[in-house]
Amino acid sequence: MSGSSKEKLNLKLKVWRQKGPNDKGEFMEYDAKDISTDMSFLEMLDVMNNDLIRNGKDPVEFDHDCREGICGACSLVVNGSPHGPEVATTTCQLHMRKFKDGETIYVEPFRAKAFPVVRDLVVDRSSFDRIQQAGGFISVNTGNAQDANAIAVAKDNADAAFEAAACIGCGACVAACKNASASLFVAAKITHLGLLPQGQPERDKRALAMIAQMDAEGFGGCTNTGACSATCPKEISLETIAKMNRDYLVATVRDRPKSETLGAGI
Amino acid sequence: MAKLDAKIPPGSVQEKWEKHKFDMKLVNPANKRKFDIIVVGTGLAGASAASSLAELGYNVKSFCIQDSPRRAHSIAAQGGINAAKNYPNDGDSIYRLFYDTVKGGDFRAREANVYRLAEISTHIIDHCVALGVPFAREYGGLLSNRSFGGAQVSRTFYARGQTGQQLLLGAYSSMMRQVALGKVQSYDRREMLDLVMVDGFARGITCRNLVTGEIESHAGHAVVLATGGYGNVFYLSTNAKNSNVTASWRCHKKGASFANPCFTQIHPTCIPVSGDYQSKLTLMSESLRNDGRVWVPKAKGDKRHPSEIPDAERDYYLERVYPSFGNLAPRDVSSRQAKFRVDEGHGVGETGIAVYLDFRDAIKRLGQAAISEKYGNLFEMYEKITGENPYRQPMRIYPAVHYTMGGLWVDYNLMSTIPGLHVLGEANFSDHGANRLGASALMQGLADGYFVIPNTMGHFLASNSLKPVTTEHDAFKASRDEVKKRLDQFLHMKGKRTVDDFHRALGHIMWQKVGMSRNAKGLKEAISEIQKLRSEFWQDVRVPGEMNYKNEELEKAGRVSDFLELGELMALDALTREESCGGHFRDEFQTPDNEAKRDDTNFCHVAAWDYKTQGSQISWALEKEALEFENVHLATRSYK
Ligand SMILES: Cc1cc2nc3c(=O)[nH]c(=O)nc-3n(C[C@H](O)[C@H](O)[C@H](O)COP(=O)(O)OP(=O)(O)OC[C@H]3O[C@@H](n4cnc5c(N)ncnc54)[C@H](O)[C@@H]3O)c2cc1C
Ligand code: FES
Repeated sequence: MSGSSKEKLNLKLKVWRQKGPNDKGEFMEYDAKDISTDMSFLEMLDVMNNDLIRNGKDPVEFDHDCREGICGACSLVVNGSPHGPEVATTTCQLHMRKFKDGETIYVEPFRAKAFPVVRDLVVDRSSFDRIQQAGGFISVNTGNAQDANAIAVAKDNADAAFEAAACIGCGACVAACKNASASLFVAAKITHLGLLPQGQPERDKRALAMIAQMDAEGFGGCTNTGACSATCPKEISLETIAKMNRDYLVATVRDRPKSETLGAGI
Repeated sequence: MAKLDAKIPPGSVQEKWEKHKFDMKLVNPANKRKFDIIVVGTGLAGASAASSLAELGYNVKSFCIQDSPRRAHSIAAQGGINAAKNYPNDGDSIYRLFYDTVKGGDFRAREANVYRLAEISTHIIDHCVALGVPFAREYGGLLSNRSFGGAQVSRTFYARGQTGQQLLLGAYSSMMRQVALGKVQSYDRREMLDLVMVDGFARGITCRNLVTGEIESHAGHAVVLATGGYGNVFYLSTNAKNSNVTASWRCHKKGASFANPCFTQIHPTCIPVSGDYQSKLTLMSESLRNDGRVWVPKAKGDKRHPSEIPDAERDYYLERVYPSFGNLAPRDVSSRQAKFRVDEGHGVGETGIAVYLDFRDAIKRLGQAAISEKYGNLFEMYEKITGENPYRQPMRIYPAVHYTMGGLWVDYNLMSTIPGLHVLGEANFSDHGANRLGASALMQGLADGYFVIPNTMGHFLASNSLKPVTTEHDAFKASRDEVKKRLDQFLHMKGKRTVDDFHRALGHIMWQKVGMSRNAKGLKEAISEIQKLRSEFWQDVRVPGEMNYKNEELEKAGRVSDFLELGELMALDALTREESCGGHFRDEFQTPDNEAKRDDTNFCHVAAWDYKTQGSQISWALEKEALEFENVHLATRSYK
């Protein structure tokens, strides 16, 4: 358990390489030598990439930014699991001490029809932004707000709203789902805003619009297998999906005629 | 010189902003849609500016490097956001927040800006709650507050350890609403590589589409830069990997003055470096110092396990040196003390470059459950990274580069020395002087974006009659050519060393000689070492691949080439500022008990630098903006 163990790993990597969305793509094999167990998974890829560059080869493209498990940029399917084997952990927070010397590690992009590959391990997740645009907001212009303490919010509701709002929008839920459904992502936002008094005026419209957009983007339907929540690095609960389904049902019953005429926004 | 006119409105500090809002010119509602505004950056400052400007009716084009605006670096802010709400009834006020910020910044910030910031702070919280930001609440359903370093009141609003994430998702949601309404066009995976000027005004940008490699032009009536801080010049910092200075730097090269570049914040509690492969450093929130005690062994080189070192053989140095603030001494002061202990040979852990942050006593006093409720996520993060359990043994921590107070110079209206170029958030230099207090960056970013720029942008547009320009204009073409030329140069060099090699080497020089403490000899060495490294870079860097697809090495090469110039300017600024203040500590200027010794007679000013070139030689010219303190009187900052 010592912080900086001296142990070094030699690993075989089978990394997915794909030049663009229309390229077929294939696994390529690389060696990662003398890997310290204190490294993060992405640092191990940095070392591999620097070796590739020095040897005149093209490095492997992957998305990353904060490397603290909060921005949602990093993705990767490691040995078949989105974000790798450790529960409640993004790839950037996965450390090499979880692997064994001599191991072969498979590294692939998140795979889903709605997440086309950009290059190598980088995918296009802009469908998530478009779902947000459809209704993932409260319509209030800057300057309109009353005093922040004018409306009390029961602590339990505020805490539950926060739990749902903790979603980092990484898309691991989609990659884990056999139907490539985005239900957990959408449900997290609908739950977050639906639990707060400020979110009530647009609650029906939000559920209808976000779900319609999710379907339009080509994400699959939810069959309640729970793989999404089990993979989620922020452990967003399956209950959010139940809440979303309820909101959707209520909204359809109450709002159907209007929903067909109103677009996003106002 | 007339050039640095801060445009501070007349009147008492309390009246300035109200009065200025009345005096500024307005654009009538029907005319706003005739103006196009380019906003670069989608962190708290950029996203709040884009949404608020669009709400007013302007057409906004928004740009970011990441694959979604929601991933901007602001997402990682942990601890909280300050506001002078005085909900806890503990004596806070706008004036006190103003006072604490001016003093915390060691009297190197502009009073008028800081007062406006404190004034606006309360509206930020109102607006964020209305947007659905799930701040922490008490059982009665009202908002909860906590305290942060450098303040004696509780004015920090928070959402567990994820305040930045929640605030940014709020601003992003507003921006997404404006995208749906057609008022914001959002361009992600775009990197601004040049500012385009027409008739002396900032009229557009040149950027690279990071997916296709295409070089694009975008024109508008004004440009807003909200591109964040430049801490990554040190290679290792708590900033996200994509944080960089390129957008600011390319504007600097076009004539925007760069202010106080050497003012860097080094945060005392970060997880120490463990090896050469290290790619970034992780912050352990300042809030931990509410319950953790910082110590080192009294004996030099004591290699015993911490649990075997009895209390009598431990030096709780912050409590010893600063009895009244103790473990909550401000960041600059706490960081320096950690460095002193390590330099004297008292450092701990395998590398000897760390001190302990110990929760043993707090766990004994409050129980493990209470500690885990407050800090559970941070303890888990620490264990994931180090493999050590902080409930059982103290955390090892060490200071790391965290924030940059310096940035592009702006006037009271947040406009740079280039007409039409406005700079918001961490990218400007405005409000934090020589040291930023915790939970004040989020406040400043949102104040700039939600409340300042929506007012001052109208004034700028109404005061200037700007001719229409399109991207066909020669200035755009020239800029595209120049950008392409530079990118080609990287790709054709085919040298031997990787971009990361150079970046690491630069970081090493910066940390050793332009870091936590500086002196004339080291700074002069740093300048010549950086110059040498820069010329090696331009001969020997290896950038693989091609232009026309996603090529991260090519992106990084451009950023590192700019850091290699900025680093030199930082050293020059630190060398020129012959005093110690806030985060800028010169060994030669200290009190007998090793505290920063300011020189208000000669250095009570903002140092604003202009970029000059002669052939391939670069140099800088210094201009000064004198600072006046009419409300908070110049005094030695003491936390003893
Ligand atoms: C780990 C950590 C914790 C922190 N915690 C706190 C806290 O608790 N409280 C607090 O007040 N402050 C905190 N801070 C500081 C605070 O987070 C930052 O100062 C603040 O978020 C900066 O916001 P910004 O909008 O100015 O820029 P950023 O959030 O850095 O955003 C920059 C934007 O500019 C874009 N960009 C940059 N260059 C280009 C380019 N060339 N072309 C196109 N786009 C570009 C990026 O894509 C991004 O969208 C913390 C900082 C760190 C590192
Ligand atoms: S890089 Fe930000 S979550 Fe992994």
